[in-house]
Amino acid sequence: MSDLPPPRHPSVEGEPVPPDARPYSEADDPTQVVIPTSPRNEAIVAGLLALAGLLGVAFVVVYVLVDSTPLFGLTLGGALLALGAAAIVAGKGVVPQETVLEPRASVAHPEDEAATTALIRSAGSGVSRGRLLKLTAAIASAGMGAASLATLASFGPWIGSRSVPSPWRRGARLVDEYGRPVRADALEVGSFVTAFPKGADIDLLGSPVIVVRIDPSEVDLPPARRGWAVDGILAYSKICTHAGCAVAMMRYPLFPAHSAEPALVCPCHYSTFEVATGGTVIFGPAGRPLPQLPIRIAADGTLEAAGPLSGDVGPAWFGVNRA
Amino acid sequence: MSIAPDKGRIGAAVEAADVRTGRVPLARKLMRYVFPEHWSFLWGEVALYCFVVLVVTGIYLAVFFDPSYQQVVYHGGYAPMRGERMSAAYASALDLSWKVKAGLLMRQTHHWAADLFIASITIHLMRVFFTGAFRKPRELTYWTGLTLLVVAVLEGYMGYSLVDDLLSGMGLAIGWGVAMSIPFIGGPIATWIWDGPFPGTTAFESRLYIAHVLIVPLVIAGLIGLHLLLVSLLHHTQFRGRGRREANVVGAPLWPAQTFRSIGLFLAVAGGLFLLGGLVQINPIWLWGPYHPFLGANGAQPDWYLGWLIGALRMMPNWEPTIAGKTIVPNPFWGGVLFPLIVFGLLYAWPLLERRLSGDRAAHHLLERPRDNPRRTAFGVALFTFTAVPFFAGSMDRVYIQFGVPYEGAVRVMRVLWLVLPVVTGFLAMRMCRRLAAAELRPLRGVTARMVGRDAAGGLVAGPALLANPSWRPRMEPPAGGPPAAAAGLRAAVAQLLVRARRSVLAAAILAAAAVVVLAALAGLVVAVVLAIAAAGAPTWLAALIVAVVLVVACAAVAAAARWSA
Repeated sequence: MSDLPPPRHPSVEGEPVPPDARPYSEADDPTQVVIPTSPRNEAIVAGLLALAGLLGVAFVVVYVLVDSTPLFGLTLGGALLALGAAAIVAGKGVVPQETVLEPRASVAHPEDEAATTALIRSAGSGVSRGRLLKLTAAIASAGMGAASLATLASFGPWIGSRSVPSPWRRGARLVDEYGRPVRADALEVGSFVTAFPKGADIDLLGSPVIVVRIDPSEVDLPPARRGWAVDGILAYSKICTHAGCAVAMMRYPLFPAHSAEPALVCPCHYSTFEVATGGTVIFGPAGRPLPQLPIRIAADGTLEAAGPLSGDVGPAWFGVNRA
Repeated sequence: MSIAPDKGRIGAAVEAADVRTGRVPLARKLMRYVFPEHWSFLWGEVALYCFVVLVVTGIYLAVFFDPSYQQVVYHGGYAPMRGERMSAAYASALDLSWKVKAGLLMRQTHHWAADLFIASITIHLMRVFFTGAFRKPRELTYWTGLTLLVVAVLEGYMGYSLVDDLLSGMGLAIGWGVAMSIPFIGGPIATWIWDGPFPGTTAFESRLYIAHVLIVPLVIAGLIGLHLLLVSLLHHTQFRGRGRREANVVGAPLWPAQTFRSIGLFLAVAGGLFLLGGLVQINPIWLWGPYHPFLGANGAQPDWYLGWLIGALRMMPNWEPTIAGKTIVPNPFWGGVLFPLIVFGLLYAWPLLERRLSGDRAAHHLLERPRDNPRRTAFGVALFTFTAVPFFAGSMDRVYIQFGVPYEGAVRVMRVLWLVLPVVTGFLAMRMCRRLAAAELRPLRGVTARMVGRDAAGGLVAGPALLANPSWRPRMEPPAGGPPAAAAGLRAAVAQLLVRARRSVLAAAILAAAAVVVLAALAGLVVAVVLAIAAAGAPTWLAALIVAVVLVVACAAVAAAARWSA
């Protein structure tokens, strides 16, 4: 009570006192000091500190003798929690509990603002060709900025005309992840496998294709793609045209009367591409169909590409080819 | 200068410091720095302490992690994965989980701390927003805090992208797709960042690593420093209360009380995180397997703080405007770039918008309660709903798997809710605030009065007991056969909560949330039981009938019990 500040705006006769300048009445004064003097709280703190120490030692014992993540967590986390609890009990029930009041003055200094402005301006007091200096300073900034930005070009190549190169060519053999050829007679109706062009890097986005087999009577490709499917076998790029995830799921109707059409589904955002009609988008956010790979069966019964992919692989950008 | 013996060791240390720095007066002032007290002021501190835990555990992890895409064959501690072809990054992350003692503890604690870091920043932001703490002169503090949230989300995303397991690879693919989708410049920018087409070269992993462990943490530390400096220069805001005015700060001083409490909070946060890290599994990377671009898994969910973005990506219709065969706006731009730009743009602009709307240009140090400013509260609730709907829409695939709700229909419903629900919740919030404020001005409006009698001992008697007993005899003991004490206590607590819900937005929100959780749990239970019975071979209609009968019987039993206890 005694060290309360005097009101900042003493009342001038006849003027109302601003509410913030009222003196603090007995009922209004928030300040207080309570000194707990609680042996019980001190005992609790002592107990928690001892517990923290014991758990710390227990962590070391567990670390040396057994390798157990749950026990590590229990002992180390428990030690920290006990220590934290000790500090909180001490902070709330052992040390003096004070509510203090500090006057809050405005942080602004109007006189200093003016003086600082004048000081900043004083640097230019002897300058006669200010515009020339400003112009050349701008040229210097532009030049230095360009020079420093130029080095950033080393980070990566220019995108060129295609974002993702595709290794698929006419005659490329379809092989699985381990390089084994994909045989047409190994594919049952309703199955789907991932294939790559023989000899290519399987981690290239342009490499993986999904090979699916549906009932040949269901195939409904546009006329321009006649012959791109053989015996109900179709192949599409496995990379989603929405955001580049692997289209890793296939929906195949086991009870055609009750189910939706066969479709390839991307697990990231559930873009859904119809198998029978050339990978057209039937649900989800993808804006382009999956690129299709025309395929044929070679003399030895394995599958090979009858041409390149029908469009650009992967997500769209300004230069993507919208076939 | 000799040290007087009666100063003691502390006195000697203080003198030694003062002689060498001359800053003891400053320290003295700092020790009396005032912290206003309210439970909602804790969240900023929690975020700060999470960052400390992140730095400590992160350094530990960095010692063992090898940020390289170089392909290796795994021969480490996790037997089922031996012989697999994978990147050195993933192999080292597996090894630090399986071979390094306490490595898994550190990795899981790091992950939990990241999730709590962003959660506490978000809650802190909501506290600051809904109490108007961002108003003049604290706009800079607010903007540095908002920037911290943006950078923290980016940092978290880069962190789990580093590991190069299947999920982190899928997340990076989406990030690449979103970067590609920026109109006109996205393709060149994404190719530049990834050092070629996705998945990029090992140079990209190296970039990701230096950004995650050095550059972005430095930015975060700098922003935290700036944020705290601004807070301390202006001193804290406070709620109205006894003696609290615009021109003062009332609270506990830094020394001694606040120091002990704050250190306690730090240790408790760290302890809680290490308990989680030891006991509760998070991101078991050995189950996901190595990433290759041709692999994908269903049911992949990001960390919680990216849920709103993946939901927005999933919800968008497949608009992709083109001109002359050129893609002007690739689809991921809508949900992955434009949507967060709108949300954060509005948050950044709100202090200026509010100033323009209200015409209030004065400095404020006293906080407002949500009801004191219905417009702000309504806007905040609407914006929160606008981000919450995609958050839930992002989990519609799990809802399909758990409950069989058709996915495509659910997404179409969510698209409508995305636009409609913010308007509804904003309107409701506005009404709630106005009614709460009105209830304070006219406290008796709408309150049902109760007759109260006095018993012989001077206590108060109310309710049916009063009416049933014309002589108003004292009823000190509950009547035999009446409700047990626990049930009576529960009823009293519920009644109390209902009364409070009329007075406080917070209590109403807690009550509503509890009701939603209970109802959702019950609904989930019912669906689960139906499915379980159906799975055992019974037709679904029979299962539903059984559950319905059980429910009706249970409700009847509860009603009978309630009647008996009354």
